[in-house]
Amino acid sequence: MMKITEGSHAVAEIVAFCRPQVVSAYPITPQTHIVEALAEMVADCKLDAEYITVENELSALSACIGASAAGSRVYSATTSQGLALMYEACFNAAGMRLPIIMSIANRAMGAPLSIWNDQQDSISLRDSGWLQFYAEDNQEATDLHVIAYKVAEDHSVLLPAMVCFDGFILSHTYEPVDMLSQEDVDKYLPKFNPYEKLDAADPISFGMYATPDYYHEFRYEIDNAVKRAGGVIKKAGKEFGTMFGRDYSSMTEEYRMEDADTAIVAMGSVCGTIKDAIDEMRASGKKVGLVRIRVFRPFPSGDIAKALSKAKRVAVLDKNISLGAKGATAIEVKDAMYGKATPILNYIIGLGGRDVRKRDIAAIVALAEKGEGDMFYGLRKEVL
Amino acid sequence: MTFEDWFRKDRLPHIFCAGCGNGTIINCTLAAVDQMDWKKEETVFVSGIGCSSRAPGYIMTDSLHTTHGRALAFATGVKMANRKLNVVVFTGDGDLAAIGGNHFIHACRRNIDMTVVCMNNQIYGMTGGQGSPTTPRGYLSTTTPYGSAEPAFDLCDLAIAAGANYVARWTSYHVKELEKAVLAGLQTPGLSFIEAMTQCPTNFGRRNKFRQVADQVEFLKKHSLLKVKRDRLLLENKEVPADMFVVGELVRRSRPAMGVSP
Repeated sequence: MMKITEGSHAVAEIVAFCRPQVVSAYPITPQTHIVEALAEMVADCKLDAEYITVENELSALSACIGASAAGSRVYSATTSQGLALMYEACFNAAGMRLPIIMSIANRAMGAPLSIWNDQQDSISLRDSGWLQFYAEDNQEATDLHVIAYKVAEDHSVLLPAMVCFDGFILSHTYEPVDMLSQEDVDKYLPKFNPYEKLDAADPISFGMYATPDYYHEFRYEIDNAVKRAGGVIKKAGKEFGTMFGRDYSSMTEEYRMEDADTAIVAMGSVCGTIKDAIDEMRASGKKVGLVRIRVFRPFPSGDIAKALSKAKRVAVLDKNISLGAKGATAIEVKDAMYGKATPILNYIIGLGGRDVRKRDIAAIVALAEKGEGDMFYGLRKEVL
Repeated sequence: MTFEDWFRKDRLPHIFCAGCGNGTIINCTLAAVDQMDWKKEETVFVSGIGCSSRAPGYIMTDSLHTTHGRALAFATGVKMANRKLNVVVFTGDGDLAAIGGNHFIHACRRNIDMTVVCMNNQIYGMTGGQGSPTTPRGYLSTTTPYGSAEPAFDLCDLAIAAGANYVARWTSYHVKELEKAVLAGLQTPGLSFIEAMTQCPTNFGRRNKFRQVADQVEFLKKHSLLKVKRDRLLLENKEVPADMFVVGELVRRSRPAMGVSP
């Protein structure tokens, strides 16, 4: 059913349809509306779940880990410093192979303090073993939660997943969203069937000590599971498309790439702006296309290399920076394109909520055509 | 110099909502600081995250605006690096009692020589009114839409049990008493904890049927039980009303303290 709703509320509604049994979260802007809405649903008996008002984010994720290990479907949401505080438990969640789903309303990292959007927070946890989805709009942010549960709980994956959507730009924006019904979600997403759980009758332990004889292999297994998730995501995305008409069978989306000379690679809500900018540039004769990354972990290297194979140049836009190196996406794209002669130019954009407009995209394409890249785009020289 | 000289007027207007009690508490604190003959360049204000923690931004000294809950840990570093600095921490109930609870009890245990002023508005104000560890049982917030089911922390009891040298509680109504308590705290070597109960009309008052800011201040006044009266009730074996909080100087002692300037 189409409805016009705030991104956070759409996410809360779809999460409730996924029937989490335990929700544990701590307030942090711009994520708070999601868990406020869930708290209200629990209080109104519209969602049969335990809602835990924990004392910080580390407790939020730790409670989710405990609840998931005990065999419950769980949910949390956070952003920025809150996610950073969860860092320790993030690695534990993945190492214990617990399919926890967490929404990240992407926000910049302090200091300086910023509540506005970029993607530094979740990108900084790319190595933690969590699957990472990035939504372009609220429709996708909503749908990806259902897919994320399905993939994460698949017994060939068993990993936690972050569904990332840009703070404020999506979380606080009212957009039309075609909302699945409870019946739809029930049809698509089976009841949580934990592979293993804490059971007094058949005791097991999660997260125990691994000596050097075993640790190395544990990490190998987790890495394999993240990579395996790629195939599971494609399958689950296809099934979603068959059932509801919106196809998510690819981890990337190509927009007007068929004959593109300049290919832009980006993630998240900025891709909507990029598509509009591409339409305008195409109208004036410039062959520009976009490869949008929807799944950052596992990284779809093969798909990206294939999508970029005919481009004369690639402009990678990052709303994050691995300080001292490049944007995280650019590093990955370069790896995917290793051995090819295509110039790959990186532009750091939109940090801490700096607006990225259509004319900025056009300016970046112009820079890429001149071969100028690997830079912070749009610096205000007067304040440096 | 008057307390007004401690403000950075160029940072105005401030971000506090109309009717917020934080300004009153900042005024009381600076009025006390002003009586200490401290130099601005030897005074540091430290804060975490939340409405209370915006305070150092408006004060004309060095300041650290840190991460959520960690103000006391950062302040510990400041004080131990340079004992000559006068360290004052602004914090709130969410910052101090929830995410920073561990730092709070350990700072009191170590009894580090600093003054901690907690603006307790019983809600997460800045994020829009979620229940905090000091939201009284039965009161409404966005995460407890039918009333908080959990018991609230008594922050002063925590500080006393953990070992702070000076502990007092007043409200945004008791401005003179609050100023005197902060002054006593500043003068006491070791950790001084002053809890200032305050109104948050936007996110606490609005949800809990306080139609006017004054109603909430009146509520704080009415629910304040002077320590001497509480002590008398205890002495006479009479019941202490459960819905009241004790105000006054609750502890003043001289446990060994860390970081006291030689």
